Order: sequence, then structure tokens, then C-alpha cells
Amino acid sequence: MPILLHCHKGIGPAVIGTALVAADNFSARYDLDRSKGVFSRPSHKLFGQSYANRILVLDTSKGGVATAWMLHEMASRRIVPKALIFNRVNPITAQGAAFGNVALVDRFDGDVTQLFRTGDELRVDPAAGTVEILNRDG
Amino acid sequence: MANVLLADARIPSTGIVVRLTDEERAMLAGQLGVVRRWAIAHQIAVGEFFDAADFVPVSQAHIMADTESLGEAGVRFLETLAAAPEAERRVRVPAITDPRGLDFAVYRRLGQTPQMAALEQRTIEALRAFGVLMTDTCINYQTILPPVRGEHMAYGDTGVVIYSNSVFGARSNFEGGPSALAAALTGRTPRYGYHLDAYRRATRRFRLTAAPRDLAEWGALGGIIGEACGSYWEVPVIEGVETVPGSDALKHFGTALASFGSVALFHIPGITAEEAVFAEPAPAPVTIGDTEIASFLTRYAAPDDKLDVVVFGAPQLSLFEMEAVDAALDGRRVHPDTTVIVATSPEIKHAADRLGLTRRIEAAGAIVAQGICFYQSYAREMAEANGWARLMTNSAKLVNIIGGYGYRPTLASLERCIHSAIAGRVM
Repeated sequence: MPILLHCHKGIGPAVIGTALVAADNFSARYDLDRSKGVFSRPSHKLFGQSYANRILVLDTSKGGVATAWMLHEMASRRIVPKALIFNRVNPITAQGAAFGNVALVDRFDGDVTQLFRTGDELRVDPAAGTVEILNRDG
Repeated sequence: MANVLLADARIPSTGIVVRLTDEERAMLAGQLGVVRRWAIAHQIAVGEFFDAADFVPVSQAHIMADTESLGEAGVRFLETLAAAPEAERRVRVPAITDPRGLDFAVYRRLGQTPQMAALEQRTIEALRAFGVLMTDTCINYQTILPPVRGEHMAYGDTGVVIYSNSVFGARSNFEGGPSALAAALTGRTPRYGYHLDAYRRATRRFRLTAAPRDLAEWGALGGIIGEACGSYWEVPVIEGVETVPGSDALKHFGTALASFGSVALFHIPGITAEEAVFAEPAPAPVTIGDTEIASFLTRYAAPDDKLDVVVFGAPQLSLFEMEAVDAALDGRRVHPDTTVIVATSPEIKHAADRLGLTRRIEAAGAIVAQGICFYQSYAREMAEANGWARLMTNSAKLVNIIGGYGYRPTLASLERCIHSAIAGRVM
């Protein structure tokens, strides 16, 4: 049986993808080289790794307001995370997900950076407020 | 993408939990045109995510819309909305802009391209079609029209939000560009977060045992507390502030706190607008003194490194900061291998022109730019075009942002930055 986890109702479409997990935070402006599709902030735990088409699992969003436009811009070039999973986000990330139609969920019962592992195959259903870990048994 | 957005308008498909007035329902039904239909649908999606019960009217919107963030896709989206009939696209409350991507007067000197300028011009034309006032500033609380206590806003710059919420007692969440534009078009915003009393209560407690000596140290203090808070939903109280900080000190403190911690509200008892009421029994305070501030600054130290660029901005400079740059330069020339950029708002630039500050600063070899804030201005492309790596600034916010763009930043006082710019090395 896949592991089923519940969260607050989210934003965006239901998607299936592979998790990329770190106990770190997220800002599209602060942390990413959006032209190359990699984390570019040297101090970030995912520095140098590609985020394209991955389900990012991070602690929280940080910093400025640019993510609200940037997720849409990244989606237009198809170099964008498939979904975003956080412990709790700020309004900018939610606004950016709504504008860019990127799947986003948060507010789980537990720390998402512990609940999920890099390489997990996840089914994220924002409307239902659920995430399934498809390649691990409960 | 833009046409798709307008076609389905992101209308929530799972049932609306945000309570709507008749007018809001009419907007959602498209009776007031596709532009307001997009706007209210976007706001409902965000409001549902944060469990907003209803909407609250706002009296200003502040729109962040730099072209580096928008890209071609964002600009096309704006142009699509702006093509609607005028009655359907005009903003309903005064709407102003955050800094742009470039200053047309200096962009070539900074290594920015005509293509960037063309995208900027298209964006300006689209925003003007909505009736947006192109103020191009992140210090509107110092230069345009500050809010009053209890006034609900849709402000779109983290530094503007935290200063307005804390110092004035205004009520705003971080509103990114699309949401601030939506608020301008509907005249309201979902009532969640810092529009509500419950979220304005203090959650963290800090005690200051040192007096920050300059704006860089106020920024460092904001960075330390921001890192400790680490969440938009934390509200710190800072005790032990013995002398009243000026507006520029709180500006640098707040922008760094918002940048490092995503924090949107702080309380300094006796100084900021609202009484610091704790949500729970007050926790033991975390002490911050000279050692912690010095340690924060040391993270970015790079003694004797070749210095490529010095930036004064993030946030844009007040008139008094412009005067301080002029005084520190004192007629000396900037080193030929170092670029100095001074970024301010159009209002302050006009004043600096009139008072002779711009002429004297530029005579020393620095560049005075208006309406930009550096990091929103294609910072990566500027670095590549100019061969910049080592950057020095007195802005803690900027050192937090700019590493991701490939720079190696150093944080120091304005005077040390100028001293270093003249030497061409980090002093």
C-alpha cells in the first residue's frame, strides 16, 4: 500500500513526479539560476542540482516577492519544478503557484523534509490535500 | 500562457469558501469584463489557500513588475490584459510600482542590453494602460504617501510591507506582482495573515544589548533576527532599543529582516505603532550584542580583495543617504577598476539633481541611477557583461540576495564602502 499523507488543500493541478528533498528554504530569485534550471546559491543544500520537473520538498519560502512572477516565467519555458511541497509557505509562493499553475501543498502533520526522501515517487493532489508516496509501503 | 490564464481564469473548481459580495460574484461571473474576472479568480485561489473568510478593501496597491522577473511570458500576460476596453482594465485604487529592471539613462553603462530596454518599455506601456503610476520605488513610505495605522494595503515589496506594518501599523501581506495588480483591479484583497489581529501578535522575543552604529549594522541586526525567525508567520519583539532609530535605520533593519526571515511585522516597544502583545506567554529573550553583529559582518569579509562594484541600494537611498554618499566621497575619485552604483527613487533623484548631489557624486566617477534597485536589474547579466564578482554594499538585504547571482558580496558601512571604492580593494 502506498503511503498516504494529508495536508491543507493546495493550489494547482494533480501531478506525479520524483522528490528532491532538503532541509532548506526557497526563493526563485535568491536560490536559482533560472536559465540553467539549477540551484545557484552556493550556501543552499541543493546547490548545483537541477530542479526542472522535480517535486521540490523544502521547509519554507523566504525572501522577496519575485517568485510570484518567476514561477509563471519558468513554467512558460518548461524549466520549472513539477510541484512544490513545504512545511508552510509565505503568500508569495502561494500567489506564484496560483498564477503559474504550479502544484503547491503545505501544512502537513509532521516535517515534510523528514516525511519525504529524495527519489520518492509522489502523487500530489492539491485539491484533495493529499500526497501519496508511490514507491514505499506504509 | 496568457490566453490560457484569461480563458479559464483559474476559477476555483472545488467550491468557493471565501465569502463573496454581490459585486465580487459579478466580477467572478465576468460581468465586469475578463480582466477583473481574472483578478478576482486569482485572489479567490490565494484566499482559499490561506482560509480567508472574505475580502477587505485596500486603499493602495504597490506592484512589483521588474522585467527580469516577468520575462517575455509575464510581459505578454500584462499586454493581453491591457488590450481590454479601458473601462474594464482601469485600476480601482491608486496603484504604484516597485523598482523597474533598468534606468533608460544609464543602462548601457551598466552592460544591460537594448533587448532588456525594449521589454521594459513594453511593460511600462502595459502598466500605464491600467492607470498604474510608474513610481518605480521601494521607499514609497518615505517618498510617495505613507499609510496610517489600521489602513489595509496591497503592498508588493517585502521591505515596504514590513516597514508599513511595523512602523505605521498598516495592514498588508506580501503581495507579489500578479496579486498586487489583481488588488488594484478589484480594489480589495483576501482577508488573511496580517490583515487580522490574531496574526499580529508577537511570537518571538529578542533583547538588544548593543547599539548598531550604522545602517549596515542595523541591517546585520535584521539579518540575525530574520535567520532566527525563519518564517513569514513569526512576529519578533525587539527589546533594549535605547535610542529611537531613524527612518533609514528601520528601513535597513526591516528589509534585512524580511529578506533573511521572510518576516512581515516586528514590534519595538515604545517605537513602533502597535503594542507588542504575545500570542502565548512571553518566551525568554534571545540576547543580541556586539559579538553577534560583528560575527554576522565577518561572514562577508574579504580583506584586500580586488573590488569590482560597490552598490548603494536595496532599498533605494533616501535624500539623507544620498547626502552621506556625497560627503563620504568628499570630491575624491573612484578607482578606475571599480564601479560605484547609487540607486534611488525618481523623486529623490530629482531632489538630488536640484541640490547638486547628483553632479558631485557623478563627478567622482559614480553612477546615479533612478527607479532601479540593482538586484532586480538583470544582476547576473550585468556581472557577466562587466566581469564583476566582488561586490561591496552597506545593504544586508543585498548581500543575502546577490550570492545566487554569482557575486561574492561584502557588507560594510557606507564610509568603508566608499573608502574601498577609492582604493579599488576591500578595505
